Amino acid sequence: MSNPSCQQIVVVKNEKGLHLRPAELMARLAMQYEATVMVTKDDQSADCKNMLSVLTLGAVQGTQLGLSAEGPDAAEALSAVAELFEAGFHELDAE
Amino acid sequence: MLELQGIPVSPGVAIGPALVLDDEGYRIPRCLIPAADTSAEWGRLLSAFGKVAKQLEVNRKQTAERLGEEAGRIFSAQQQMLSDPGLLAELEGRVHEQHQSAAYAVSRVLHRYAEALGKLNSPFLAERAEDVLDIEKQLLHRLGAVTSDPLSNLDEPVILLARNLTPSETANLDRQFVRGFCTEIGGPGGHTAIVAKGLELPAVVGIGQFLDRIGQGSQVIVDGDRGCMIVDPDQATIDRYEERAQIRQKLTLRLAELRDLPAETVDGHRVTLSANIEFPHEVDACLQRGADGIGLYRTEFLYLSSDEEPSEEDHYQAYTEVIGALQGRPVVIRTLDLGADKMGHTSLTEPENNPFLGLRSIRLSLKNQDLFRTQIRAVLRAAVHGDVRMMFPLISTLQELRTARMLVNIVIDDLREEGAEFRSDIPIGMMVEVPAAVIMIDRFAEEVDFFSIGTNDLVQYTLAVDRSNESVAELYQSSDPAVLRLIQQTVDVSNKTNTPVGICGEMSSNPARVLLLLGLGVRSVSVPPLAIPRIKKVIRSVTIADCEEIACRVMQLESAREVDLYLLDRLGDLVPELVVQ
Repeated sequence: MSNPSCQQIVVVKNEKGLHLRPAELMARLAMQYEATVMVTKDDQSADCKNMLSVLTLGAVQGTQLGLSAEGPDAAEALSAVAELFEAGFHELDAE
Repeated sequence: MLELQGIPVSPGVAIGPALVLDDEGYRIPRCLIPAADTSAEWGRLLSAFGKVAKQLEVNRKQTAERLGEEAGRIFSAQQQMLSDPGLLAELEGRVHEQHQSAAYAVSRVLHRYAEALGKLNSPFLAERAEDVLDIEKQLLHRLGAVTSDPLSNLDEPVILLARNLTPSETANLDRQFVRGFCTEIGGPGGHTAIVAKGLELPAVVGIGQFLDRIGQGSQVIVDGDRGCMIVDPDQATIDRYEERAQIRQKLTLRLAELRDLPAETVDGHRVTLSANIEFPHEVDACLQRGADGIGLYRTEFLYLSSDEEPSEEDHYQAYTEVIGALQGRPVVIRTLDLGADKMGHTSLTEPENNPFLGLRSIRLSLKNQDLFRTQIRAVLRAAVHGDVRMMFPLISTLQELRTARMLVNIVIDDLREEGAEFRSDIPIGMMVEVPAAVIMIDRFAEEVDFFSIGTNDLVQYTLAVDRSNESVAELYQSSDPAVLRLIQQTVDVSNKTNTPVGICGEMSSNPARVLLLLGLGVRSVSVPPLAIPRIKKVIRSVTIADCEEIACRVMQLESAREVDLYLLDRLGDLVPELVVQ
């Protein structure tokens, strides 16, 4: 299993959607992993490490997104990113 | 070939290479580099990224110290954008594989992201588009690709393409090189449009977003007659436009022959045909076209085009130059019409929610009496050199008019005490630009020497339409029946009370609408210099009886569209020459 891949569905919980702060957090987090993590909305995909690209998905609150990861540490990367979504990028409490 | 429709604000056609300004007004350079230089260029780009990142870190720290960590995060997000591997990979491809210059690559890529973000219909993300553009600007600055004033170093003819141009930016365009312009936003009655007409620059505004689709130096046709912009035209289109330019030139030559003939109808009614100007140097163009005088001298441009507040001497010199050039012909000097979208180097007002309904024009002058008195002094002193009349803008109440007149009397007393040379008997008039003035027009007639109907503001305030807002531009119609009734009422009362009345708004520069104005009893119009020959041609081609019949019919119509279609139709009957194209 040198190059494993995995997938998961996540939902954007943040009131303001997948805006700058979540995208930044996500990119920062994703870059700690070697794996490539892609986030997909409808037919549009963005590399989680490419913040501008993630922003252009325009994912508002409630949007279902597909996460997929590929690479040596794919499983860890995927669960870390999915956790961020689950935690509402840590801004739910503030909102 | 790409054809885009906008709002025609200044007639004529211009063809030339595009000079694309972004919304900050800086130049987006487009150039390809030799393959051998791509590594060095990429190094330059990385170095610029490094410098901008450093600056962002400084910004972040300073902001965090002042406003807290949370506020500083906006810059860390920008830093993150900069270190975006996806972004860097894309730029590297453009430089290494497509041989684009660093600045051009940066500009194209970041503009595309900004555009994508702007389109997302999310206010939060639309703001991020601004962040992206901000980074772009900083990078371009570090790459040495932006100059603070790209328009000052022109050395070849260009068509200017910009998101928007302010009136003072437009006023300062170098006419030797700028042949025409197109903007993404703006409306038909905005001041930029008026200035463009004054400069005789073909212009189309309110086209909507287009800058991101046009490369620097692309061939562009500005069609200021039909309101369209054509990018990368094919040969057939270029031929067609060149042919039109020739027809237009021939018509211009024929109309120029009218120069020394009076603006008189076929049945012998003399009409005063004056010109609107902003700058003293425009007087020559007016006289060359046979203007009877200056019906509207917009003095605020004295204020807008200078870095310092104009002194009494600055006003005096400018007025004297105009008066001298007119050689006895009359000039109506309108006092400062600042405020709303026109503000000079120092704002005289606090930011307002509804500036067009706020402290502007005469209201601003009455609140800043030192400024106003300086101007009145200059007008009265300059008046010894010729036929000068003074006019106040945007008068809404009798009290405003009386206060303004009282200030004139105070200034007269001061000048008299000082023993200065001046005139105390110049005619004083007011602009009729708000419905309130029309409603009270009989009372105003008792207190002024003349009226001038400013149709641009009158349309704006009658229909409650901000004329520079393209979202409602279609409502902004000079021919709206409500506006026409106000004009009719003003002219009727003026004629009954023997108060001279003229029209100095854009409406009077439209040949078809002039038919109506003559029919309503208007015998004095003031138009941009460029429009003089056409308007004279209209006046010399019709009888007042024709026009009265037209007015009678028009006043029964119910919409601006019906009015304009009917007027155009009648213009075709009476002056077919002007309807060609």
